[in-house]
Amino acid sequence: MPRSLRERLAILSDAAKYDASCASSGTERRDSSKSGGLGSTEGSGICHAYAPDGRCISLLKVLLTNFCIYDCAYCINRSSSNVERARFTPEEVVWLTLEFYRRNYIEGLFLSSGIIRSSDHTMEEMVRVVRELRTTHGFRGYIHLKSIPEASPALIEEAGLYADRLSINVEMPTDAGLASLAPEKRPQGIRRAMAALRTKIEEASEPTMRTRKRQRFAPAGQSTQMIVGADEANDATILATSGRLYGSYGLRRVYYSGFSPIPDASSRLPPQKPPLMREHRLYQADWLFRFYGFGIEEITAARPDGMLDLDLDPKLAWALAHREDFPVDVNRAAREMLLRVPGFGTKAVAAILATRRHRRIRLEDLGRLRVSLAKVRPFIVTADWTPLTLIDRDDLGALLRPPPEQLTLL
Amino acid sequence: MRHTVRLGGAADFAGWRDAARDLLLGGIPPQEVDWRAGDAGASLLEENTAPPPPVMPPPRVPPAFLELAEAVICHSDPARFGLLYRLIARLQAERHLLSDAMDADVVAARRLEKAVRRDAHKMTAFVRFREAPQAEGARRRFIAWFEPEHHIVAHTAPFFARRFGDMDWMILTPRGSASLTDGTLSVSEEPARKPDLADPTDELWLTYYANIFNPARLKVKAMLSEMPKKYWANLPEAALIPDLIAQTPARVAAMAEQEMRRPPLFHERLQARATAEPTSTAEGLAGLREEARSCTRCPLHCHATQTVFGEGPDRAELMIVGEQPGDHEDLQGRPFVGPAGQVFDEAMRHAGIDRGTAYVTNAVKHFKYELRGKRRLHQSPNSAEVEQCRWWLGQEMALVRPRLVVAMGRTAVLALTGRAQKLADLRGRVQALPAGPAMLATVHPSYLLRLPDARAREQETIRFREDLAAARNWLSAPTSSPAR
Repeated sequence: MPRSLRERLAILSDAAKYDASCASSGTERRDSSKSGGLGSTEGSGICHAYAPDGRCISLLKVLLTNFCIYDCAYCINRSSSNVERARFTPEEVVWLTLEFYRRNYIEGLFLSSGIIRSSDHTMEEMVRVVRELRTTHGFRGYIHLKSIPEASPALIEEAGLYADRLSINVEMPTDAGLASLAPEKRPQGIRRAMAALRTKIEEASEPTMRTRKRQRFAPAGQSTQMIVGADEANDATILATSGRLYGSYGLRRVYYSGFSPIPDASSRLPPQKPPLMREHRLYQADWLFRFYGFGIEEITAARPDGMLDLDLDPKLAWALAHREDFPVDVNRAAREMLLRVPGFGTKAVAAILATRRHRRIRLEDLGRLRVSLAKVRPFIVTADWTPLTLIDRDDLGALLRPPPEQLTLL
Repeated sequence: MRHTVRLGGAADFAGWRDAARDLLLGGIPPQEVDWRAGDAGASLLEENTAPPPPVMPPPRVPPAFLELAEAVICHSDPARFGLLYRLIARLQAERHLLSDAMDADVVAARRLEKAVRRDAHKMTAFVRFREAPQAEGARRRFIAWFEPEHHIVAHTAPFFARRFGDMDWMILTPRGSASLTDGTLSVSEEPARKPDLADPTDELWLTYYANIFNPARLKVKAMLSEMPKKYWANLPEAALIPDLIAQTPARVAAMAEQEMRRPPLFHERLQARATAEPTSTAEGLAGLREEARSCTRCPLHCHATQTVFGEGPDRAELMIVGEQPGDHEDLQGRPFVGPAGQVFDEAMRHAGIDRGTAYVTNAVKHFKYELRGKRRLHQSPNSAEVEQCRWWLGQEMALVRPRLVVAMGRTAVLALTGRAQKLADLRGRVQALPAGPAMLATVHPSYLLRLPDARAREQETIRFREDLAAARNWLSAPTSSPAR
């Protein structure tokens, strides 16, 4: 008996949840108030709901089908898995997107798919969905489209015309890791596809000679995802790969997805999942690289095993290893150094720089910024505070480390 | 005597602005003003609501203040009007007050602003429209019930108008309502009552919500910080949360205990087909190029995007060898397409050589770089990498069979001769290579780009073009043979 739409939605959303990204930000501004159609995008994204896993739901994230000819060990949809299979027609995805959008459940579509028949055939079906949405229904909401690495350039070109963001997952931090867990995927093909996307995105962001009008191609750029903890790669290796990906392909984001147990898992996978904290630390390190002026090696140099400290955030870990650079005088230090103080975010640093023009900053001033004084005190000098020898204490790490959690009886 | 201002409503920004202007003109200090929204706090005592006589110059404020005040006025804190008046009064003397991010009044106002923006943001996220019956041929109609913490309905309504332009909708709240009818937006501060709403599409949404949740990574706190329980009453999906959390341990345990099952039949068919597929059978240069794509002779392949193989006709009299692909070449997969490639193309034109007739390649076929921040900086290949990649160059030469090879830069000379030599000793002279063709050495075009002095660059560019012209002349001379 054919499955109902609802049954297939259950299967194809379950199959899509291992893609961490749900971002809907950073695209051009569009709206439907004057030009007709449905939907808008305005700079920052909106998370319409949160699941109990703490992840935001801003897009309808589904697969067109979870049939797949690949056998990637970490994937729930690999061909050797006994998971239930289903497929949507392109019209069904269009209908679901529009009806969900009208009820304000979501603000766009994230469409991915298992590979069926060939890369081109799969990509063609996906492009059909977004073409329908944009041209037939005047849909102006956000669209994130997964692009299939070996798909033909003409299809990618068309996808970029309709999608806000395109992404291709590198999946594994190293080529060797990919070769062992995803034998059909080719690392070079994935990198070539990302390079081609970067080239197209940059071309489109420059005004053309003739019209000055920008040609449209994935205005929200491209992103990728790496699975953490399914192979041996340590955090230093993972972050070095991220650094190269940012540098080589101008990615907006690299997502880290802690390898998570799946039903009917492959025996090629490790039996233990990595702690969720590892993924969190990687995101923090990624932030330090992108917004705080840290180099990748600086962040991962602290430990010989190349892992980030699970108990300490990477900025605090760096500061403890570089005590000679502290304390930092809040009233004098340059922006670059203020950004390295554990407990100061980019907003606090901006506020400090603005306020310094008015008067000398005291501890209570920082308290008003909702900065944790306990955290920053050992590392800073203000008009009324000098940490004396606190920074030299051997047990400073222990003082700042979170206390061991008290176990409770069941 | 104290002054009392009665505003038209809870978030009456225009009224507040007019009253504040009058009070500032009258020189009334903040502590002498009582602010009332609508009928709130009506007293039986006589109130002084008359504007004071103007004694001060017209007040001025920076635009940033208006933006701040328009948000703050929506807050439900009764002290907001007085706080804003105190700020605007201080701004008359302290022009740059707002940039003092740690001033107590500024901090207080920013805090209210943040709460309002957050509430407005949550409204854009958590309003749930339910479809209502519509008249034949009319636009589709949707109704929502929402309970905001602050007076944000009018402030947030334009967002919904921009987003849902092609349907009629109405958002009802205890703090007023907004609606779009045939494209016309209207808002009211009149409290609304909760309507009875139902929509069968909610079923599909609940299905989606339950299935997009990953039980293997339960993080209830993270969810609650962004979707606090106070919003749950109006979110249909929130009803599922307790059960989803309760079932988690059992679902995770079931996954862990599940035994590996035999793969489905189609998997075995797919595997059989994959092993039966023939590998590439291309021959000659095309076959070599295909083979080079997956080269792992040295570690450079891990960091580069792709092998950048030579380009040109299958047979060519002239072959050009550079150092290695750069940033652009790595992305596009073609040799000499970046800035150095442009210098090279220009020089070829000047020398009268059609690039399409020459075979253009590099000594090393993968890009080697060092990451500085988010930029990739070129690094020269070391002798081991050159040595590994010479094999490909040898294959290319054997197939293309050039009469003359132009070696651009030291690395190319090393790859072609097997010896590190000073470029200055060889430059511009045609000489024999051990096996077969003649070689003419010159500088690499990127050397010209790196010269800081414009005059030196000009002179060197001329010399580079002369070297290429010499190569052309040598090839067109009837009896060319290399000097021994």
